Amino acid sequence: MKELLYKLIPNFMNYSDRFLESLSATFQMFFIAGAITLLLGGLFGILLVITRPDGIKPNKFIHSVLEIITNIFRSIPFIILLIFLIPFTRTLVGTSIGVKGAIVPLVFGAVPFFTRQVESALSAVDPGKVEAARAMGSGIPGIIFRVYLKEALPDLIRVITITAISIIGLTTAAGAVGAGGLGSFAINYGQNMHYSDIVNVCVILLLIIVSVIQVIGNTLARKTTNKKLFQK
Amino acid sequence: MINISNLQKHFVSKEANVHAVNDVSINIGDGEIYGIIGYSGAGKSTLVRCINFLEYPDSGSISIKDFGTITSENGVLYKVDGENRTRLKEKDLRKLRRSIGMIFQLFNLLDRSTVFDNVAYPLKYTGLSKEEITEKVDNLLALVDLSEKRDSYPSQLSGGQKQRVAIARALANDPKILLSDEATSALDPDATESILKLLKDLNRKLGLTIVIITHEMAVIKQIADRVAVMEDGKVVEEGEVYEVFSNPQANITKRFVESSSGLEKINKLIESRTIELSNNASQRLIKLTFTKDSVGEALISKVSRDYNVDISIVLANVDIVAENALGGIIADISGDPDKVREALEYIASNGVRVEAIER
Repeated sequence: MKELLYKLIPNFMNYSDRFLESLSATFQMFFIAGAITLLLGGLFGILLVITRPDGIKPNKFIHSVLEIITNIFRSIPFIILLIFLIPFTRTLVGTSIGVKGAIVPLVFGAVPFFTRQVESALSAVDPGKVEAARAMGSGIPGIIFRVYLKEALPDLIRVITITAISIIGLTTAAGAVGAGGLGSFAINYGQNMHYSDIVNVCVILLLIIVSVIQVIGNTLARKTTNKKLFQK
Repeated sequence: MINISNLQKHFVSKEANVHAVNDVSINIGDGEIYGIIGYSGAGKSTLVRCINFLEYPDSGSISIKDFGTITSENGVLYKVDGENRTRLKEKDLRKLRRSIGMIFQLFNLLDRSTVFDNVAYPLKYTGLSKEEITEKVDNLLALVDLSEKRDSYPSQLSGGQKQRVAIARALANDPKILLSDEATSALDPDATESILKLLKDLNRKLGLTIVIITHEMAVIKQIADRVAVMEDGKVVEEGEVYEVFSNPQANITKRFVESSSGLEKINKLIESRTIELSNNASQRLIKLTFTKDSVGEALISKVSRDYNVDISIVLANVDIVAENALGGIIADISGDPDKVREALEYIASNGVRVEAIER
């Protein structure tokens, strides 16, 4: 088996230690940046919906500030954002390279995207349900958790899946500026040293990771969409 | 029970300034079913949303039994306690809303919760134990006759059943008042009938005060005790349902009454020239309205015999309004001009309203 692998992908096997390090770096970036994105993007998405003029807690100031920030960071291409944020990252976490240095630009890249997705998922909740909850005496936290988040759960799972996949993509791009991970592994060893088998393995592996995320997301989304009707 | 005085509400937007509620004052009695009827845009929805302050009125005051008086000044709410006036707290407002049930045209149930959880929604986080909530929800579901649907989801229910769930949910906190916003407008006739019957039962059994907004006269006719007719944010006519129906004053009220009695068909018949209007004194088209005191007498044949006039009935209709009969006849009367006049005077002297239909 091992001999066969050495025959098929010799360079990859020679650098398998570096590969495992890279894989672990990718997962670290993914989970840390993902968790922060989930929290911040979720929070901003909720705030955007409730502070709208017709929301449950209209607030023009918060709404416009969030709108502007989200739009600015959404419109900067990620690779530019990476370079642009280097000084800021350095002051914030002390370094601009490695996993630690990659988290900051990843968060800046993913949060605005996720914020918009959450906003659109929550906006799809029928305003009548919100009104009914208000009429029953629910306060703002009650309406957020018991109406918005609960009713939008299948949609939220879908947008989390999309965002997770896009964060995987961002981590590899971050590899271009020294973030480590599969991206830099493919660039440094595959591209720069002309070991094409390394690139191929990275592509296949990313394909598998993305597919797994997609399958998990689809399953959860389907399970939360009115369970009873699917049993019938 | 609910005392609304001088209520005003504007909606200001870039396009228009809408005076949704214009100086409305009404009193809704304890245990009464009070109907508010108007075409869409008349302001009835806004008015009813001011009762539980889903909309804050610009000015005016609302008194609610067991809660007190709330006045609004420039959209800021104050609680009035004798001479004292304090800013109304969000907490008090939520308490007030919990003591007023509300149902909606499109039910507004939570699709991802079971029937049980929907009804339990207002009970959670109110300090009740799980067992108490279960018991209460089961009782409510029995009350609206939906016990067997306890674990179903709203998407598995018919429109009428969904509205029953919504009613159970609205009653969860034992409110004394139920607001109904076009609750039967999205239902088929059978479901409408059963929901109206349920509301009437709840009104009698629980002494529930019900405020119903609708654009359907049939709803008012069937269950309301009193009615307010709204147009352009104003209440143009108000009173006992039977009185308003049998003797409508405002133009819009007349239109509502005609649309529900079927007698408005005469206008179409005249328009299509199926019936020719002749305005000479010997032949006239008349509309007779029989109220509860005059319904059921053999008046037409008696008049025809005694005055030697011919009466041919073009359209006739009997309505049940607030559980009393209200009859309407459109007839063509012909004969000697003097006899026709005398015959009509005689009919009018028997408590029947006589109107000539003219061009």
